[in-house]
Amino acid sequence: MGKEKKAKNIFSIVGKIFIVLFLIVEIYPVFWILMSSLKPTQEFNLTPSYALPVKPYFQNYAKAWIQGKMNIYFGNSAIVTIVSLFFIVLLGTTSAFALTKMRWNLRDKVMKIFLSGIMIPTAVVLIPLYSMYHGLGLLNTRLSLILTYIAFGLPLTIFLLRGYLVSLPDDMIEAAVIDGASIYQIFTRIMFPLMKTGIVTVGVIQFYFRWNDLIFSMTFISDTKMKTVQTGLLYFSDMYGNRDWGAIFACIAISVLPTLIIYIFMNKMVIEGMTSGAIKG
Amino acid sequence: MVLPAFLIFIGVIFVPIVWTFVYSLFSGMPGLNFTYTGFSNYIDMWSNKQTLDAIKMNWKYIAFVTPGQVGLGLLVSLMMYFSVKKYKTLARTIVFIPTILPTVAVAQMFAKMYEMVPNYGLINAILDAVGLEKWVQPFLGQSNTAFGALVVMDIWTAIGFYTVIIYGALVDIPSELLEAARIDGASGIKLFTKIVLPMIKTIMITCMVFSFTGTIKLYESATALTKGGPGNATTSMTMNMYQNAFLFDQYGYASAVAILILVQCLLVTFVINRLGKEKY
Repeated sequence: MGKEKKAKNIFSIVGKIFIVLFLIVEIYPVFWILMSSLKPTQEFNLTPSYALPVKPYFQNYAKAWIQGKMNIYFGNSAIVTIVSLFFIVLLGTTSAFALTKMRWNLRDKVMKIFLSGIMIPTAVVLIPLYSMYHGLGLLNTRLSLILTYIAFGLPLTIFLLRGYLVSLPDDMIEAAVIDGASIYQIFTRIMFPLMKTGIVTVGVIQFYFRWNDLIFSMTFISDTKMKTVQTGLLYFSDMYGNRDWGAIFACIAISVLPTLIIYIFMNKMVIEGMTSGAIKG
Repeated sequence: MVLPAFLIFIGVIFVPIVWTFVYSLFSGMPGLNFTYTGFSNYIDMWSNKQTLDAIKMNWKYIAFVTPGQVGLGLLVSLMMYFSVKKYKTLARTIVFIPTILPTVAVAQMFAKMYEMVPNYGLINAILDAVGLEKWVQPFLGQSNTAFGALVVMDIWTAIGFYTVIIYGALVDIPSELLEAARIDGASGIKLFTKIVLPMIKTIMITCMVFSFTGTIKLYESATALTKGGPGNATTSMTMNMYQNAFLFDQYGYASAVAILILVQCLLVTFVINRLGKEKY
């Protein structure tokens, strides 16, 4: 017994050391970005890149924000993400409600079609979408991104919200119908408040997916004034990346900060949201 | 309200899939020299060196990255499950951070870590500091190291995601089951293969499918890290499609490549799910 216990202890200690080292490997690069974004560019020539900044130098952020046009990209990303998020939630909740709690003819077929959308790789729709938006004059507009994001956001949203709705009892709806409530009242007064957690989770996942998109914004947007943070960051690093290390690190930090801040405040929600798609899908 | 949602969905996803298929039967550029050529694009693919290279590279990438992401995720989650007691939530929260970072930002960050000119990046600086100067090299400038650099980055980003999912499944294993097995004398590897693995089989398959559908679509991380270079060393199938469409104006041919990606995606997902059902 004693020997076994000893072996177990050693295993536990080795495991702990392994986990700690692993956590450092996972988190140190992020710390390195934040530290490097506070160094003036010349400092990279003088000290090794893992050294901490001698004195915090915030000028990099001003440069990234104005000269790097991060202010424009950031604004575009914010508008596109928030607007599509609004519509994903609006259309997603109502559709999920109609597809689980209401009875109509083609319901199951429509549901199946929506759910099959989860599997579709973006590559398959890229060329026709480009032609379509070109024909409609939508290239270089925010609308092209918003429409695409809504369409790609809906399948997973409807799927996850259906999971929440199925578990809600029908009696409540029946009682409301007997009391003379209309379908819209049932939805806004009863279902919507009950779906709150589900909606927040879905919103958080979609925020991450849409904020992080590269392939669509790269394809549909070529005008600098319309670029999003991700395309803007790529563009900036192509232009100045090699010469101005301080500024590029500040740009990276700016693009990372919103996602990091949301994560710090809502990490439970984020983890649950991001993994629920995988577990249930 | 279903109607507007359904219309946007059909318009942006379903119509384009059919449209891509129709395009794939033509050659050239719509409006200029678009001619119906039947399935010849699908035949030409097998003699197009760039596309073949992209297919090979993409599958090599999957062969490293999917086992890497899921396997290391399993390893870390087991370590966490069996040896971390107090700071479980903290460990889980930290492990997940790379998952939430934008792909482009991660790629730019790694590009700077791998850098050699004008300044040593993080990795070269560390190699230099510990006396391994001979290993200092432009990691992204050589085809063999660029591929490895991409693989390392994409595994780094996703381990936490799979760790959290698999960890969730481990926690759900009833502890009486583990206790009973221990009393029967099972320990270590035997405990793992006979009790733990069968219990988390479903979630492992889900993880494989998830990782696979992510890796076969490889585009954003490689574009942001290496732009597919040096040469075509890190050009994926989606990147090959993108080049053919938007650089060479070969919409027909590019559409055929896109359909090929879709078919592979559906086929392999189907096979993994099937295998998962048959075993055990």
